[in-house]
Amino acid sequence: MKTSLYQALQRKIIVITLIVSFAPLIILGATIYRLSAQMYRTKVEEQIEYRAKAQAEAVDLFLKERTAILAAMADTHVYRELVDEKNLSHLFQVMNLRAGAFVDLGVINNAGQHVAYVGPYDLKGLNYYQQPWFGEVMSKGTYISDVYVGFRLIPHFIIAVRRQEGDNSWILRATIDPDIFGAIVRSAQVGKTGDAFIINAEGVYQTRPRFEGQILSPSPLDPSLFGGRTTVLERVGSQGRKTYYAGSWLKSDKWLLVISQEMAEEMSGLLATRTVVVFLIILGVIGIVLTTVFTTRLAVHRLKEADEKMNALNVQLMQSDKLAAIGKMATGVAHEINNPLAVILQRTGWMQDLLQKEEFQKSENFAEFQTSIRKIEEHVERARKVVHNMLGYARKMEPRLEDVDVNATVNQTIDILENYARINNIDIQTDLAPELPIIAGDQAQLQQVFLNLISNAIDAIDKEGAVAVKSVRSGGEIHVAVTDTGPGIPAEHQSKVFDPFFTTKQSGKGTGLGLWISYNIVEKMGGTITLNSQPGKGTTFTVKIPIVVPQKK
Amino acid sequence: MEEFRTLIVDDETEFRETLVSRLQKRNLDVTGAASGEEALKIMKSKLFDVVILDIRMPGGMDGLETLKEMKKIQPLAEVLLLTGHASVESSIEGMKLGAFDYLLKPINLEDLMTKMAQAFEKKNAHDQKIRKARIKELLRFPGRVLEFDKEDEKKS
Repeated sequence: MKTSLYQALQRKIIVITLIVSFAPLIILGATIYRLSAQMYRTKVEEQIEYRAKAQAEAVDLFLKERTAILAAMADTHVYRELVDEKNLSHLFQVMNLRAGAFVDLGVINNAGQHVAYVGPYDLKGLNYYQQPWFGEVMSKGTYISDVYVGFRLIPHFIIAVRRQEGDNSWILRATIDPDIFGAIVRSAQVGKTGDAFIINAEGVYQTRPRFEGQILSPSPLDPSLFGGRTTVLERVGSQGRKTYYAGSWLKSDKWLLVISQEMAEEMSGLLATRTVVVFLIILGVIGIVLTTVFTTRLAVHRLKEADEKMNALNVQLMQSDKLAAIGKMATGVAHEINNPLAVILQRTGWMQDLLQKEEFQKSENFAEFQTSIRKIEEHVERARKVVHNMLGYARKMEPRLEDVDVNATVNQTIDILENYARINNIDIQTDLAPELPIIAGDQAQLQQVFLNLISNAIDAIDKEGAVAVKSVRSGGEIHVAVTDTGPGIPAEHQSKVFDPFFTTKQSGKGTGLGLWISYNIVEKMGGTITLNSQPGKGTTFTVKIPIVVPQKK
Repeated sequence: MEEFRTLIVDDETEFRETLVSRLQKRNLDVTGAASGEEALKIMKSKLFDVVILDIRMPGGMDGLETLKEMKKIQPLAEVLLLTGHASVESSIEGMKLGAFDYLLKPINLEDLMTKMAQAFEKKNAHDQKIRKARIKELLRFPGRVLEFDKEDEKKS
């Protein structure tokens, strides 16, 4: 009952302390993580956006350069010149020397007829009049196509510019090397999962993506989601992982350069941070739990100890108060009883004196009178004995001061009781500290104390068991402990054992005065007598006597 | 037992009177006194060998005080103290003041008489010593006989 009270207190303190210390720790950790995650994400998004934008600009610049070169070539030459394939070939060489990435070059007249061609394919003579781009170039002046398969059956795209030469208008057309173009786009690929590719407004791949999909196949991305110049999206990618997509429009919003990056890779730094934070929090939690449990246990343990000490002190104080009061009362009662007893005794004595006279001797009831007088004397004696025993300790108010060897006194006492113990199959063991100092005291009284304690121990065991008598020196005191293996004293009796007339022995076998007298003797010697009993295990009475050194004679 | 004079001082009338009767029946010269004051008054007019004094007499003069006064009047009378348990300490105090011994109430007559005899013996021995001392002194200073005679007259 008491223990559970302390356990409940301990639990309460631990729970409250843990809640109070965990809450801010976890809130702080979570907040820091959330804030840093947000910052990190913003940074990652900004970075990927910047990369998309920069790459888009680079690609745009590439296309514009090619267009500009082509336009410059067209503007600086006349139709006649370029129809000559020799001249055209020379021009092609110069262009590739300065800019590169051109696969072929051709001249188309205003009827869509491919009149001159330099390049690896046999495209001369083909008519582009029906091709949709032909009309576009003719009306707008410059044109960059989407990627298409065309006559040569290889995906590619072309740049075409129109030259107005008087009434005649013609077209200079070049094919961009898809490998070189693709390489430029792919140069923005980063890391293990990063990708960079271009799709057109219909979502068709214009360059080959790094992972799934082919050039000219439809991409899973919906280009209409990318508004404005550059947009960052967060979507579940092809591998089922969260992926960032940054799209930047180029070529007059006809192509979309997309840079993608799996979030996990981008966030790996953040994940490491999170691992560290979680690890630190766990470490903190373990530390707090251990410290809390340890300190709380210590504190509650101390509290318990202090309480127990206090209780023991209170019990002792109450006991000595009670016994002092009883003692005072008993002394008073004894005196008041002794006086009438004295009178009764004298009166019966007087009666007996008178009975010696001859006149009474002849009486027929003489014998009866004598018996009655004897009985009265007997019972007065009995009453007198009770009072004497009750105050037995008081008989020698000033204990004689003689040299007392405590161990010798114990041994003498055991000698007296040994026979009694043996009959009951009880073994008396001694463990006496050697070289105990000789103290000044009353040996007879001390012996009476030991006699009471040891004979009580024997009586408590009844039959078969052991009594242990142990003496030790402890600071300025000698402690003599008498331990029995008896049934122990029930808790409700423990506070009463020193009361006069308290006995659990059968009536007639014990007066209930032994411990009362012992208590008073020891107290008069300036010592204490305490008991420690565990029901079922046995009882220990401990006599603590201060060491008073005898005065030298 | 040699004839000797005893004074019993106890405020408990029943006890005192019975004791006096019983001792008188045993042919002792016994006088009773109900209080310290009365005892002192009697002692001024009669010499006693043994005094039995109850140490606890509420109301009048206290036993120990009576003892002190008695020792002034008759220093040679041996005093036996009667006591209950509560006044054992007073008895010890009394013995320091010159009482012969103490007895615990209730007493039995035989014990009391034994103690009385012992007290008387002591008193006797004391008297003998004094007598011898006197004789020695007389032998040395014969002129003092007259003075002693006067002292004796005063006492009796």
